[in-house]
Amino acid sequence: MSRAQIVTSPAEAVAGIEDGSTVLVGGFGMAGMPVTLIDALIEQGASDLTIVSNNAGNGDTGLAALLAAGRVRKVICSFPRQHDSYVFDDLYRSGKLELEVVPQGNLAERMRAAGAGIGAFYCPTGVGTPLAEGKERRTIDGRDYVLEYPIQGDYALIGAQTADPMGNLLYRKTARNFGPVMATAARTTIVEVRETVGLGEIDPEAVVTPGIYVDRILDLSALASQEVAS
Amino acid sequence: MSIAVAATQTLEHLDRGPLSKDELAALVARDIPQGSYVNLGIGQPTTVADHLSADSGVVLHTENGMLGMGRAAQGDEIDPDLINAGKVPVTEPPGAAYFHHADSFAMMRGGHLDVCVLGAFQVSATGDLANWHTGAPDAIPAVGGAMDLAIGAKDVFVMMTLFAKDGTAKLVSECTYPLTGVGCVSRVYTDRALFLVGADGATVVETFGMSVEELDERLDIDLRTL
Repeated sequence: MSRAQIVTSPAEAVAGIEDGSTVLVGGFGMAGMPVTLIDALIEQGASDLTIVSNNAGNGDTGLAALLAAGRVRKVICSFPRQHDSYVFDDLYRSGKLELEVVPQGNLAERMRAAGAGIGAFYCPTGVGTPLAEGKERRTIDGRDYVLEYPIQGDYALIGAQTADPMGNLLYRKTARNFGPVMATAARTTIVEVRETVGLGEIDPEAVVTPGIYVDRILDLSALASQEVAS
Repeated sequence: MSIAVAATQTLEHLDRGPLSKDELAALVARDIPQGSYVNLGIGQPTTVADHLSADSGVVLHTENGMLGMGRAAQGDEIDPDLINAGKVPVTEPPGAAYFHHADSFAMMRGGHLDVCVLGAFQVSATGDLANWHTGAPDAIPAVGGAMDLAIGAKDVFVMMTLFAKDGTAKLVSECTYPLTGVGCVSRVYTDRALFLVGADGATVVETFGMSVEELDERLDIDLRTL
C-alpha cells in the first residue's frame, strides 16, 4: 500500500479485515498491547482468524475477549499459559482452538523473515526438542539447525508512542517489543499511537519504524479529545 | 568459550548444610565475570541480580528488549511500558538501550551474551536441558524464550535444587522430560553441589553439606572430581 493514512476512528482503523485473516498482534504482556485496535476488531466482527502474538490473552479483555467471542481459529504464540489465561485454557482444552507454540525468538525471526523477503532460514533454536520434530534439519559448519518458515500477516495491529504524517514511528521503552518486526511482516499494518506530531518533528536519525511499513494510524490522543468535545 | 573455574581441586564443605536459595544466588553471582552481558531467567535466577555488586560492571539483558536493565521498580518508578521478561516493572539506569524482539533474540542466538542463568526440571550430565514442559498430557505447552536462551549464551548456568521433592535427582544421565536444548548447559548450581557438565560428563567442583561419595551414591551418573 502507499502512504500511511491517519484515520479518525477505531472502526475505520480495522475496516476491511476479512474472515480467515492472519492478524499479527503486538505487545508483550500489556506493554505495547494495541488495546483499542483489538476492541475495534471485536466490534468489527471478523472471524475464523489466526492470531500471532507472544501470549494468548490475559483476564477477560483484549485478546482474551476476542477469543471468548469465538472469532479465533488458531493461535500462534510462544507463551499461551499464564496465571490469568483462563479464556485460552478453556477453549484449548475443549478443542475449540488450534495452537502452534513457537520459541519466542523464532516467532520474531519468522516474522522478520516475512518482512525481509526471506524464503526460509536455518535456525539452531529448538534442535533436538519436540518443537523441531518433522522439520528439515541440516548441519552447517558443525552446528545443527532446523529449517524455519516465515510468518506473514495479512494485518498487523501494533501500539507505538509517536507517529508523524509520513507514518514514521517511535516507541517507548520495552513497549517496542514486537512492534517494529510485525510492522514489516503484514500486508496492512495498523498502528495505534499515543500522539501524532507534525512533519519534521521526529528526528530522522531516531526513527524506529520508517513509514513505508505503516498503512493506517489511529491517534489515541485525538480520539480522547473527540470524546471530550462530544 | 566456557568460563574457566578458579578451583583446582574439588572442595567439600562438610561443616555446613545445603545452600539456602539466597546463598545459591550469591554463589552464581560470585562466578559471573566482571563486565559480562548476562540474561537472568524468570523466577529464581532473577535473584542473582541482588548479589551482583554495583562495581561488577555486569550488564543485564532482558529478552523483551532491553540492555542495562535496572532493579525492580517501586512506587512512583513503576511504568507499564518498562518491564522485564517476567513482566515485572523495572528501572532504566543511565546507559540502558532498547531494541525490538528480533534484535533481542538475534543478540542472544548470535552468541553475544556471555552468561544466561536458567532454572530447570532436569539437566543431563552432558548438558541437555529440560525446563519448559513436564510432558504431562493435559499440560498446555508454553515455551517463551527458554529454547532461544538455552542455545544462545556462551555459557548457560542452571540453578536448581539437586533433588526433587520426592527425592529423585534432577541431574541425570538422560533427561526424561521433553528437552529445551541439547548439550547447552555448562554449569549446574544446586543447593548440594556445583557441577560442570558437558561432552565429557559431570565434574563436581564444590559440595555443600554432602561429600562427593554421598553424591555419587545418590546420583545415577558417573561423577568426576577436579
